[in-house]
Amino acid sequence: MIVDDLRKAVKKNIRDYGMYIALIVIMGIFTILTKGIFISSRNISNLLNQTGYIAVLAVGMTLVIVIRHIDLSVGFLSGFLGAIAAIAMVSWHMPVWATILLVLGLGVLGGLITALPVAQLGVPAFVASLAGWLIYRGAQVMVTASTGTIIIPNASFNAIGNGYIPDIFPKGSFLPGVHKLTLILGALTILWFVFSELRSRKNKLAYKFEVPSAGMLAIKLVLISVVIGLITWVLAGYNGLSWTVVIVLAVVAIYDFVTRKTVLGRHIYAVGGNPEAAELSGISVKRITYLVFGSMGLLSGLSGILFASRLQSAIPTAGTLFEMDAIAAAYIGGVSAAGGVGKVTGSMIGALVYMSLMNGMNLLGTDISLQYVIRGAVLAGAVIFDVVTRKRKA
Amino acid sequence: MNTPILEMKGITKTFPGVKALSDVRFSVAKGEIHCLVGENGAGKSTLMKVLSGLYPHGSFEGEILLEGKPQRFRGVADSEKAGIAVIYQELALVPEMTVYENIVLGHEIRKGIAIDLNETIRKATDMLKRVRLDLNPSIRVKDLGVGKQQLIEIAKALSRDVSILILDEPTAALNEDDCDNLLKILGELKAQGVTCVMISHKLREVIRIADTVTVLRDGKTVCTLDAKKDEVNESTLIRHMVGREIDNIYPKRTQLPSEEVVLEIRNWGATDPGTGRKVLKQMNLKLKKGEILGIAGLMGSGRTELARSIFGNPDGYGLEGELLVKGTLRRFGGPKDAILAGVAYASEDRKKNGLILIQDVMQNITLANLREISARGVLDSGKEIQAANHYRDALNIKTPSINQTVMNLSGGNQQKVSVAKWLFVEPDVLIFDEPTRGIDVGAKYEIYLIMNRLVEQGMSIIMISSELPEILGMSDRIYTVSSGRITGELAVGEATQEKIMRLATS
Repeated sequence: MIVDDLRKAVKKNIRDYGMYIALIVIMGIFTILTKGIFISSRNISNLLNQTGYIAVLAVGMTLVIVIRHIDLSVGFLSGFLGAIAAIAMVSWHMPVWATILLVLGLGVLGGLITALPVAQLGVPAFVASLAGWLIYRGAQVMVTASTGTIIIPNASFNAIGNGYIPDIFPKGSFLPGVHKLTLILGALTILWFVFSELRSRKNKLAYKFEVPSAGMLAIKLVLISVVIGLITWVLAGYNGLSWTVVIVLAVVAIYDFVTRKTVLGRHIYAVGGNPEAAELSGISVKRITYLVFGSMGLLSGLSGILFASRLQSAIPTAGTLFEMDAIAAAYIGGVSAAGGVGKVTGSMIGALVYMSLMNGMNLLGTDISLQYVIRGAVLAGAVIFDVVTRKRKA
Repeated sequence: MNTPILEMKGITKTFPGVKALSDVRFSVAKGEIHCLVGENGAGKSTLMKVLSGLYPHGSFEGEILLEGKPQRFRGVADSEKAGIAVIYQELALVPEMTVYENIVLGHEIRKGIAIDLNETIRKATDMLKRVRLDLNPSIRVKDLGVGKQQLIEIAKALSRDVSILILDEPTAALNEDDCDNLLKILGELKAQGVTCVMISHKLREVIRIADTVTVLRDGKTVCTLDAKKDEVNESTLIRHMVGREIDNIYPKRTQLPSEEVVLEIRNWGATDPGTGRKVLKQMNLKLKKGEILGIAGLMGSGRTELARSIFGNPDGYGLEGELLVKGTLRRFGGPKDAILAGVAYASEDRKKNGLILIQDVMQNITLANLREISARGVLDSGKEIQAANHYRDALNIKTPSINQTVMNLSGGNQQKVSVAKWLFVEPDVLIFDEPTRGIDVGAKYEIYLIMNRLVEQGMSIIMISSELPEILGMSDRIYTVSSGRITGELAVGEATQEKIMRLATS
């Protein structure tokens, strides 16, 4: 009976699960091909840190695509703002916190500027943001022209992209070589997850909604708990949770909450689903457009900080093709180009799938030209899968 | 008896979980106008899709005979080759292309590898003559009204030597004049030997034009009626369509409107900022509490512009004059302000700008009043579910669950979702633009009952409609609108279709 339920659940939710399955398959293949190096604590930790600056862009891009627009400027905006961060600390001697605020603020400003012609005049976002792409690229080269690469000497800034959360127990007190705080956080996450699933089921039952059987729920709870547990264990075996992962998880959690549980989120999806109907329902499409592009700019700033901090320097080519990686991640994550459909959690997983491919192929020493071909094929495959499963449902 | 030009026998078409057609018979004699009627979901469109090859041979049971010869259409191209042309509700013209380009689209006339422009224009002009359109074939289609576009669709079909012309609700989007014209042209085509099959919800048209009527209900053929034997009249058709009697399709209200004025416009005018054209001029109108105010006017008369200019002016017209809601002078900055002041607008085109089709019933119902079900910007899903369930039950929306995507509902139920959305706002004034467009008789009746209930509870409704019987049957008072002006005000007792028509075209 549980097997039947399982088959039904997989069929019904294949679109939602497809990405997770893809991620597991990709990780499995690379683990075998690299004889276990891929799944090693060190590499997974590395992979997650690499994913960070693309994942935050993909989250913002999800909303932009949901409201039927696109933002091509984010890659070089991110690179340009990374350079500004370096200059602010090195030349202007600004403290780290002020630098971060400045960069995030400039990011919002950049997003709003892209939104201006789009919202006010109806200029296609593709064109408006292509102009931004050119402008930020030029600006980035301009500000790094005199020095070339700008080395960032500030340790606390560089910790954002390279550091790990501290452990609460001194090293070697017990379980040597394992990061205890990471384990505790992982355990708390599992508890919270189980608790919220049970509560949501109880609520649904109270409204007499259809819920999966208890057996199904148990399988889901166990499966996801095991995955969280495994990841935590792997990470704890190296240096523990990195600050990058903490930041990305926080961004995803906030955006996930806003999109699913708030009036603002509902308004964003309404504008994506049918802008005219949204306008006539009392929603200001302009306001939503500014908000979504503003958030995209903010996350571009964050992405710039993560990347510069990871390299511990600002380089003239930072941010190259980030926009394309973010767009690809969002599409792999199930965002619909027709608007109104797409989850930020999906895009985060999409980013992880995409970066796992790069990371795995790098480990294998695959030729870079072949890497592009394979990434393209995976993107096409993911979108075809999405379109086909959507059709079958309709 | 002659062999029918078209015969469909034992047609059964099954979709996963639903039998859309079961053992349907449909037979059309050469040179007649054959109307196909039935409620929404009765299977009319499905039957036509089977005929056109959109559902290819093998995906259904039964057989299609053209002049006695069995046919196997694998696609639309096959049925076109056999002389069948289908004109769908959603017009298939390319707006940015010219009239002649549209007419020959897909069958371009060539000289060598290049397009023969002169020959194309000559042929297009010929075809336009057949549908009595006197216009320059080099005009872009987007610059023409819907009525003319419809005729161009027909001209396009004629250019391919069709023997059977199928029209799926051709008059749904047309005003009275254009309808009249279209029906006349169909009559002329009949005289030229073209066989027509027309799907329609407008029974008066059917009665006027049909030689034969086939009624479908729940995917089955109910009967075929012959106009010559005097079998085609409104009550017979309705009885066969819904399977029961509806004595009066316009239910009566017992309560009279009060004298209190809830909404008023004085010297109201609007200018289109793009073209500088005045779309509304010097309009004065009063709406009383508990009243259904009918606005009659042809398409393009300014009736929709009037509604939208009152409802927060989303088109950004330059406005003049005064708007008073419950005695207070108002100037709305957008639909949001109008909603907060108690004015709601259910638009004429629910698919285009009324509903969000990819979202579910619940999300559509609550969209315009999320503040009611949220605290500090965070949604309360319990409250939302309760609200949606309440309106589903109150309006009898037929859906398996409030989580059903609106796209999958029938037209009548979609319209009810659109009404529910505005009721949830609890407005004092509901502007209802074409409340029953494209929905069937049974659902219409339900919408009318809901409207009556609302005004009896003290709401006021401005009803804009192209259907004069609806205006006469439902309104307490009627204003006629023509070229941006109010041309008359009539109490329902003194109004007749002729009077309204005269004022609406003056």
